[in-house]
Amino acid sequence: MAAGMRQKAQILDKEGIRRALVRIAHEIIERNKGTENVALIGIQRRGVPLAGRLCGYIEEIEGKTVPVGVLDITLYRDDLTTLSHQPLLRQTNVPFPVKDKKIVLIDDVIYTGRTVRAALDAIIDLGRPRIIQLAALIDRGHRELPVRADYVGKNVPTSGREVVAVRLQETDNEERVLILEKD
Amino acid sequence: MMKLLIKGGNLIDPVKKRAIISDVLVDGGKIVATGTDLEVDGAMVVNVPGKLVVPGFVDLHVHLREPGFEASETIATGTLAAARGGFTSVACMPNTNPVADNSAVIIFIRARAKEKGVVNVFPVGAITTGSKGEELCEMAGLKEAGAVALSDDGRTVANAAVMYRAMQYARMIGLPIIAHCEDVNLSAKGVMHEGYVSTILGLTGIPAAAEEVMVARDIILAEATGCPLHIAHVSAAGSVRLIRQARARGVTVTAEATPHHFTLTDQAVAGFDTNTKVNPPLRTADDVQAVRNGLRDGTIDVIATDHAPHAPEEKDVEYENAPFGMAGLETAVGLVWTELVNTGILTPWEAVAKMTVNPARILGIPKGELVLGADADITVIDPAWEEEVDPKQFAGKGRNTPFTGRLLKGLPVITVVGGKIVFKRGVEF
Amino acid sequence: MKLKRKDLLGLAGLETQEINLILDTAVPMKEIASRPVKKVPVLRGRTIVNIFYEPSTRTRVSFELAAKHLSADSINIPAAASSVVKGESIKDTARTIAAMGADVVVIRHPLAGAAQLLAGTVEAAVINAGDGAREHPTQGLLDMFTVREKKGTLAGLKVAIIGDILHSRVARSNIWGFLKMGAQVAICGPATMMPPEINRTGAVVYHRIEDALEGADVIMMLRIQRERQKAGLFPSLREYSRLFGLNRERLFLAKPDALVMHPGPVNRGVEITGEVADHPRSVINEQVTNGVAVRMAILYLFAGGGTDDEAAD
Repeated sequence: MAAGMRQKAQILDKEGIRRALVRIAHEIIERNKGTENVALIGIQRRGVPLAGRLCGYIEEIEGKTVPVGVLDITLYRDDLTTLSHQPLLRQTNVPFPVKDKKIVLIDDVIYTGRTVRAALDAIIDLGRPRIIQLAALIDRGHRELPVRADYVGKNVPTSGREVVAVRLQETDNEERVLILEKD
Repeated sequence: MMKLLIKGGNLIDPVKKRAIISDVLVDGGKIVATGTDLEVDGAMVVNVPGKLVVPGFVDLHVHLREPGFEASETIATGTLAAARGGFTSVACMPNTNPVADNSAVIIFIRARAKEKGVVNVFPVGAITTGSKGEELCEMAGLKEAGAVALSDDGRTVANAAVMYRAMQYARMIGLPIIAHCEDVNLSAKGVMHEGYVSTILGLTGIPAAAEEVMVARDIILAEATGCPLHIAHVSAAGSVRLIRQARARGVTVTAEATPHHFTLTDQAVAGFDTNTKVNPPLRTADDVQAVRNGLRDGTIDVIATDHAPHAPEEKDVEYENAPFGMAGLETAVGLVWTELVNTGILTPWEAVAKMTVNPARILGIPKGELVLGADADITVIDPAWEEEVDPKQFAGKGRNTPFTGRLLKGLPVITVVGGKIVFKRGVEF
Repeated sequence: MKLKRKDLLGLAGLETQEINLILDTAVPMKEIASRPVKKVPVLRGRTIVNIFYEPSTRTRVSFELAAKHLSADSINIPAAASSVVKGESIKDTARTIAAMGADVVVIRHPLAGAAQLLAGTVEAAVINAGDGAREHPTQGLLDMFTVREKKGTLAGLKVAIIGDILHSRVARSNIWGFLKMGAQVAICGPATMMPPEINRTGAVVYHRIEDALEGADVIMMLRIQRERQKAGLFPSLREYSRLFGLNRERLFLAKPDALVMHPGPVNRGVEITGEVADHPRSVINEQVTNGVAVRMAILYLFAGGGTDDEAAD
């Protein structure tokens, strides 16, 4: 990923990520008036550890665990023909019925909105939730579809030449969010 | 006809087994003089220093496809291919349609060859009617019409009793029998050599034994009848061994090998190129080595092409549906030089003998030697000429070669038939 | 990781990494195939043409289901076996396919090399669903998937393949596949139905089923066809069954947790007793289920879903 890219700025450090997630956890509880029927679904890949962490924070706050699922949206993408590289197909694992649940979809960055669109299709194929909400650690703008996040860790205005890189301990062995710029 | 003087070449004599620098003077379609520094007024002169001047090559085994299969080859195109390949005489097999099992077909072929042929054509008659392996042909009639040998090539005379009688009768008539040795119960539906490669490709195999048992049978029958037997396209090590043993005890058996059987192995089939489909099939490296050894020690007297042209659409199908056969006339000399002479397996005169005097003697035709008074059938070889095989350049219709792209060194550059230059490769001499 | 070829013609030419990619991709596909709504849109708008020159309900239906689960448009071209006999070449069919604008062609053909011939003629990806006795790569992959799912790995396992190896494309694909993945392969059958020099692949040849079964982790029985008896390849079904059939007693020669497999359709009482075919160790039905998942993975990957780990995240 670093090839042809240079670091422009660091937006969040480890503590910043933690604070943003704790705030989102509070907002999820507040918006849903508790945790009843709430379930978290992380979008592969970095949405998955974020969902796990949010589950932990919610438990710390409310003393209750919410179910967590994992969603791979590769097979729902609309750009299969245009990508030269395809993401590795990963496991989808939603070990609870989504029917009538309040689903909170979790991704690291919201950008064009196409991933979320694919994720909505994927979830609806699993059943009919009562409501679907969206949480993103970073909202970098440039939406191409009418999609809006319900919970945002940090809004970061970016240009098209820039890339937002979320680095998490579980996937990247470090903990920070960077803006990279193409050379 | 203008006199022709071939000057300064290296004259290869396959009988005396030597090469000498000598000019050759041709007049009236005959060789009239040899020697150094011949000067002749009014002769057309071709200067060939550094090149080899040899008796015109004789191919004992070709398929000209006419009559009956003119989409694949005709006498006109097949003899053009022969000329480009350095051959001045070809013996054509009788598996035409109709089969050359009667004098009318033999007469037709000879008439056609006289009219359209570029090189000499010697027809081979069938052993049995329709090559069905049942009733004997009128062998005396075939001989009178001009057949030089008898063969049911492409098929085996499966019934040993029929073959036994055929040999008794052919010996009386004075024609040699050319045997295509294949036990069809063993070869059955096989399409390639039975071995590791057929195992991997899932193609039905033809065991070497399918050839060997028939070679053994025919040697025994030749021994019993005294009939001269020529074994066509020897491909298996076991066949070479059987022939070697038979010759050691004086059986009148001769044998030929094709360029593809001393060059390619069954590995060539791995890409399902239907141009590698040939009968008998390409065999293993051990078989190729045995054939080469047989050529070197004289067990195999003759190199023949088994030129078997097929129209492109016939070969452009699944491997199992493709017909057997390769076009061979235009690559044979290059392969002999590249694979056998340049590698030291055969001397130039040994190689030349196997394509001139040896087949001519088997067929009983007055060809294959450059002596005074002989027909002026002459081939000039440039041993330094290098060329990649390109079927698009072929003169014949048959482009079905597995050798496309192969680099050959040592190619015929001039072919003279009856004193007339019928082929020149590229440049002026 | 990305596939290194346009077509899936056989396992002989496939790299280990590619086999792993297909097997790994089949895992999430199996989850999709087990959902109430068995459909993802990934191949929407893609055309998959199935041409079966041999009758094969099992494989054809498996491919059709796989295509439907991935939302592809799948078309069956009925191709009579007689057209092969008539000498109508695969190349004629290829022209039709090109005109249809197919993205993937699945072909079953009685002649070895037919899929390869087609692959060289069309732009579409060609999936070999069995070509003569040569290869049946999707069956090999689903067998490997089934074993990997049960055993966790393929490396170090002993796989015994029993029966008519000579005419079996399933045997050939499994020999290549399992050997590449580090398994040992023992093959066993009558000498008349053992292709020459098959040991050069690395498989070990036995003619006593007891020797082949000893310590096996996987037992793969092949279907014996009665026509082979008429062709003189074995004397009788009774003797075949006595020498090469899998029964309860012989099952105990293998490891206690050995899997029993069969590509189907099973000749009960001939190559395998009904009791063993229905034994708890038999995974014959799971092979069928996994066949759909593995073919989904194959269609997805060969229709353009190549992969790269990080770049597109």
